[in-house]
Amino acid sequence: MATGPAIEARGLVKTFRSANGPVEAVRGIDLEIDPGETVAILGPNGAGKSTTIDMLLGLARPDRGHVSLFGGSVAEAVALGRIGALLQTGQLIPDLSLREIVAMMAALYPSPMDVDEAIDLTGISRLAGRRTQKLSGGESQRARFAIALVSDPELIVLDEPTAGMDVEGRRAFWATVRELAARGKTVIFATHYLEEADAYADRAVLMARGRVVADGPTTGIKARVGARTIRATLARADRDRLARLPGVKTADVHGDTVILTCSDSDAAIRALLAAHGETRDIEITGAGLEDAFLELTSDGDPQPQAASR
Amino acid sequence: MKTTVYLRYELLRLLRNRRFFVFALGLPIALYFLIAGPSRHVTDLDDSGISAPQYFMVSLAAFGTMSGMLAAGGRIANERASGWTRQLRISPLSAAAYFRTKLATGYVMALLTMAVLYLCGLSLGVSMTARDWLEVTGLMLVALIPFAALGIVAGHLLNPDAVGPVIGGGSALLAFVGGTWFPISEHGFLHSLAQAMPSYWLVQASKVAVEGGAWGATGWLVVAAWSLALGALALQVYRRDSGRR
Repeated sequence: MATGPAIEARGLVKTFRSANGPVEAVRGIDLEIDPGETVAILGPNGAGKSTTIDMLLGLARPDRGHVSLFGGSVAEAVALGRIGALLQTGQLIPDLSLREIVAMMAALYPSPMDVDEAIDLTGISRLAGRRTQKLSGGESQRARFAIALVSDPELIVLDEPTAGMDVEGRRAFWATVRELAARGKTVIFATHYLEEADAYADRAVLMARGRVVADGPTTGIKARVGARTIRATLARADRDRLARLPGVKTADVHGDTVILTCSDSDAAIRALLAAHGETRDIEITGAGLEDAFLELTSDGDPQPQAASR
Repeated sequence: MKTTVYLRYELLRLLRNRRFFVFALGLPIALYFLIAGPSRHVTDLDDSGISAPQYFMVSLAAFGTMSGMLAAGGRIANERASGWTRQLRISPLSAAAYFRTKLATGYVMALLTMAVLYLCGLSLGVSMTARDWLEVTGLMLVALIPFAALGIVAGHLLNPDAVGPVIGGGSALLAFVGGTWFPISEHGFLHSLAQAMPSYWLVQASKVAVEGGAWGATGWLVVAAWSLALGALALQVYRRDSGRR
């Protein structure tokens, strides 16, 4: 069996024709994901996440570039059942019970998981006998998840997996994903919920306008934007002096309260305490991934160098 | 890879589908008794050489199997629109195997429809030698090849909203020129048109016991031509689809 990175994509480009001329959905993406990683692909609608995933799965043919999975072709990985995917859209065919449709798909794979185990993993055992057309949106989403898992895949690809699920469904879903990751599966999911990427991924790939604008550990993304804020109480502070401290980007003073927006909060806090030992009530907050995300994706700069700033 | 399991579940879905029972079985049965019932004592229908019950038994089996075959293909349109075929494309089920399951389901449906219509025919006194029964069945199965291919083509070219009306209207029209509702008289424009249609030969299978046989060279030629033409078109559609893999 071929081995190598779970996913290796080089120079992927995909353009669609539309009534308003060509749409460059993906404009040159490189991506390497190692076995065992849990990676979030984050980005606003239209960033090219689904198109990228379609190319990784062989559902769309890249105009340029190349994808290999586990060092072999996509078709090979598909035929061996090494990939399981929960696509963004899709309905189940009617007139079969949940258990039957999962068994129907399981039969296609060389070494499938036990059908009941797959259904159990997704937490819908109590629905096993129900006809697919009678399942609610969230339930059929989980049924499709069971189908994605029944091949016992090494790589699990989830495209906006929790859309349409209620809060309880989401929690159960991510608990399953965690368990799969703990079993050593490679998991890659597209989402526009930042908290999902933050909570469940080791690594986030930020996409905007068809390009990767940032790629790194979820904590690294925040650090790259560096928007940590120091709030403290300091009497008679001089705004301009504070703004010149190392690691500080901007300073605000409101009475005795100072707010420092930092590029390097570690350096800033040391300098602040060295200069003003009497500073009290110090509070350092990291910017949410949300802020990082907004800063990285909405600056209107179409250049990929955004990633290296 | 066990595509037979996939096929088994496809058949199970079919048996659970009430619309199938109504349209592929119920409708032909009802029409059979409505049309052939009153003329069950007609032994030579419009000089066709066979009795009315026998003629209509085959003509309505033709109608049921033909629309069933087209509908089996038409299901492809629904499965494309619902995203199910995308799901299959990330499974080891090849496009070729997918088409085979659709063909097999179409043919199983057809055999079921034929068996039920034969029973109806027997109840109105149709009698043939065992060899003739087999020959009628064989000829019909062959004449269904163009419809199987047409169903696949329609399933790929039409969207689900269009596929119902097009297949329904199409089979009604093909049934009409094929002589499902009344035998096509052996002269005139309608006859020339009918002879070029695969549905006509599907119905003509009823004449196995008539002197000169059911089809003759013309019948075989027309059925073969339609099979080749529509088969090639279906293959092209299939290639376009599997090329996306």
